[in-house]
Formats: sequence, C-alpha cells, structure tokens
Amino acid sequence: MQDLKLLANDNRGLSELENGTGLVGWHEVTQGSVLPSFDGDATGVQHKKSEERTYSGYNSYTATVASWRVVKPVYNRDVCIDCQNCWVWCPDTSILSRDKQMLGIDYDHCKGCAVCVEVCPTNPKSLLMFTEQTPLEDALGEWPEKKKKEDK
Amino acid sequence: MEKFDLQEREVWDGNYAASQALRQAQVDVVAAYPITPSTPIVENYGQYVANGYVDGEFVMVESEHAAMSGCVGAAASGGRVATATSSQGFALMAEVLYQASGMRLPIVLTVVNRALAAPLNVRGDHSDMYLGRDSGWIQLGAFNAQEAYDLTLCAFKIGENHDVRLPVMVHQDGFITSHTAQNVYPLTDEKAYNFVGEFKPVDDMLDFSRPVTYGAQTEEDWHFEHKARQHKAIFDSRAIIDDVLEEFGKLSGREYKRVESYMMEDAEVAIVALGTTVETAIVAAKELREEEGIKAGVVAPRCFRPFPFDKVRDALANVKAVACLDRSAPGGAMGALFNEVSAAIYTTDARPLVTNFIYGLGGRDFSIEEAKRIFKEQKAHVDAGKITTDIQQFSGLRGPHLGFFQTKRS
Repeated sequence: MQDLKLLANDNRGLSELENGTGLVGWHEVTQGSVLPSFDGDATGVQHKKSEERTYSGYNSYTATVASWRVVKPVYNRDVCIDCQNCWVWCPDTSILSRDKQMLGIDYDHCKGCAVCVEVCPTNPKSLLMFTEQTPLEDALGEWPEKKKKEDK
Repeated sequence: MEKFDLQEREVWDGNYAASQALRQAQVDVVAAYPITPSTPIVENYGQYVANGYVDGEFVMVESEHAAMSGCVGAAASGGRVATATSSQGFALMAEVLYQASGMRLPIVLTVVNRALAAPLNVRGDHSDMYLGRDSGWIQLGAFNAQEAYDLTLCAFKIGENHDVRLPVMVHQDGFITSHTAQNVYPLTDEKAYNFVGEFKPVDDMLDFSRPVTYGAQTEEDWHFEHKARQHKAIFDSRAIIDDVLEEFGKLSGREYKRVESYMMEDAEVAIVALGTTVETAIVAAKELREEEGIKAGVVAPRCFRPFPFDKVRDALANVKAVACLDRSAPGGAMGALFNEVSAAIYTTDARPLVTNFIYGLGGRDFSIEEAKRIFKEQKAHVDAGKITTDIQQFSGLRGPHLGFFQTKRS
C-alpha cells in the first residue's frame, strides 16, 4: 500500500485554493498577473529533488488542486513492474517515483483522469480507479486476479 | 549584419516606412500572416531578415490569431516583438490582443486600417481600429507615411518603458497612407536604434533563475484588481507618451502631441477627426479662412488610447461648434469619437454644440469640399445658437437624407 506519510516532509499540497483568502488591493497585485514559481534565485532548480525546491506560494505545487476528483487511482505495489509508463503519461505529474521506483500517487494534484490506469501494462493492472471514498485497504483487498489468456 | 543604404530623403509609402522602422528597431521576432493592405510591412521585414539586414526571426503562421499568439509567446520569452495586420486579420487577433495587454507585453502592432466585412471591402476605414479600442493597447494614429515611420519608432520606446509595459498599435489608413508614396525623412540606423534603445525584458520566461507563470486564472476575487491596475497603467502612460514624443521631436525636428491642434488659437468651429482625414480637414480650414473668413480649426487625437480626455477638452475649450467625424459604422450608437469627445467637453464651461458625422466607410472618399461643407454647417449652428440639423448625419452617402436625433437645447 502507498506510504501515506510519503509527503510528510514535503511542502506539496499545503494550501487549499479558496476564494477570499490572501486578498490584496489593485495596487499590490503583480503586473500582468505574472507569477514567479520559486522564492529567490532558482538557478539549477531542475537538478534538485522536488522537496528541496523553494516553490513559491503562487506555485500549484504548494496548493492542493484535486478537490473536484470523484474517482481516484489506487496503486498496487505487489503487481507493479516499475516500468514508469504511468509517470510518463500522467498529465498532472502526479505519479510519485524516485530512482525509477514507483512510490504512489500525489493525491493533492491528481484529477482522476485514469490515464495511468489506461497505460499500465501489467496483468492485473497495478493501478485501478476507485470512488474517492473507498479506503486504500478496501481497494487493495478487492484487487482482481491475473486474467488468463482467452482461448481462440 | 548588412548595412542598409538609406538616403536622407526617401520616397516611401506608409507600409514601407513602417517596415523600415521595424528594421531599425532590430525586432527579434515578427510572427505574421498577410492581409491587404498591411501585407507589405511584414513582407518587407521578411526580406530584411532574409537579406541579413536584421538579426531576427520571421515566423510564418497559419492565421492572425496564431500571429498574435506567436508574438505573445516571443514577448513573454523576452524579445522585442512586432507584427502587422488589417481588418479581418485584426478581428481574428482580437482575442489575443487582450492576452497581450493583460500580460503587459510591449508588442508593437502596425495596423493598416481597413473596413470590416460584410460586405467584403479592402479599403480604408477605421472599423478595425475601433474594434481595438477597449483591448488595453495604446493606440497611436499616423496621418501620413512619415508619421507611420516616426510613430512606429516611438511605439517601441513607449510600450517597452518599464513604467508602461503595454502593447502599442500604430495605425495608418489603408491605401491612402499605406500605398501612397511620399517623401519620408528617415533617421540613420544608428540614431533610430539609439532612440529606441536596447530591449530590456521584464518577467521573461527565458530567465531560468526566475521561472514565471504567464496566463494565470483569476476569478471574481482577483480579476478586477488586475484589470484596474492595467487600466491605471494605460492612463499613466500619458506622461511617458508625452516624454517620448518630445524626445523624438528634439531628435528629428518633427513634433508630435497626444492631441494635435491646427488653427485652434482663434477657431470658432472645429472638426475632430482621425487618420488621413485630418490633413483634408486642415486644407479645408485654411481655404475657408481665406475664402470666407470662417474661423475653422482641426483637432486630431494622435493618441486614441489612452483617450486624451484631458488634452481634447483643452483643445476645444474655446470653440462654439464641433463636428466629430467617425469613420466606422457605429452599429446602433453615436460614433465613438463623438461620444468620447462630447463626454470630455461636457466637463467644461463652454459645452460647445457637438454633432456627429459617419463618413468614408469602406474607403469612400472624403473631399476638401465636403470638409468645407461640414465647417459651414457648424458655422450655421453657431449663428443659430443651436444645432440646426440632426445630431448624427452621414457624409458622402447616396440616397435620401439619413440622420438621427435632434437637439433638446434651446
């Protein structure tokens, strides 16, 4: 099962995107609504691990933007072959992987599009969609068996 | 780079003049799609790139929407950017015009004014220019080829000023300016480039030490503040426009103002107009003064946006009757110039009699004789002490008289 403390030391998904918070007057908004992604000099930031980067408050990294998800992908470590297909295809960079080993899903940014499930090549799938309310233990308990090849 | 051979006096049409200004400003990226009558501006620019006169990129795109989108991308990346368009192309750009100004990108758009279809028409009127009037761009108006050149150079310096950071349109009239060869006195390449100055980017996406997001979504809790700040920026640009025009005047000997006034010192009646019509009205006013002693004058907003509310009412402070000439079909309203000029002079004590003429649509000629007739009509209003005609009339239109609304002032 996905380590739910995976993001404990990370500033990912810290804030909710809510109306009416942190409001400032017209004289304080940024010109052209251009928003810096990092605090301070970001030179070489691409070589740092995400949890080491100084993402700014404007960056969606620090916000949770998954509130409208209704179905979620659940990751089954036992079946996964770490092929990284889901990591490549995820449109929201919400597949957590380190040193080419799959770790789980970033539920603060995943929108539930199910692309990861679609591209997963294992049998059975290592990622499956469940309703948002389904606990991870229950989801993993319902995991399907390996399908046999159909006779032709 | 190759050295371009320039004479002290050149014979250029407005398109060529604008393209030369783009060359001298050493624009980094031109993303463009051709459309009559502005095609030669970018066509010439492409030639300068191909022949090594400019170290820039010419990006051929599939539409004007893509052209302005390419310009937005290039400007956000941190380059000096320009393009050209007219009419339908301008209309297709409209969505992206708002992106450019909202993102505060100092793109220069040379617009060769042309009518909007239907019915299809390639000739000059101000429909496209008026379409852009709420887009948040600074809009400068050239009345001839020399001014198209001069103001294009000024446009870079105005828009790129870090206290402005707004895109700028330089308008010229389709064919009458864009395709009429006239004497143009260009600056030397060195003088022109030094005037415009080195491009200094702000919030450029190619600055890897400070990655930025362009195109943020702001709903009801943020959008209003951003638009208000943008609006203040365009109104505040008035002082910088004045400075740049003054500096250009010292450099070239050609003086421009946000609102041009001709023979207004003692004028009793005035025409307010835009574009080439201004020169026609000036000739008419001069002749009328000589022939009939009518004290006629002309007021011409050189800067259509930010609308020179301040300078317009100053210019018209002492006249008794004003005719505002709109070269765009207002579609069920009074003409925009009439509305805005009227609003400005309503805040003065004089409150002259103001009437509106819709004229010259689709390139219909506006003659000196017609300008004289309009002046004389203003004089008749003055003598009668009230507006004696419909408030909105059509000038140069065939068929029975067409006019709307009568005065309620006694």
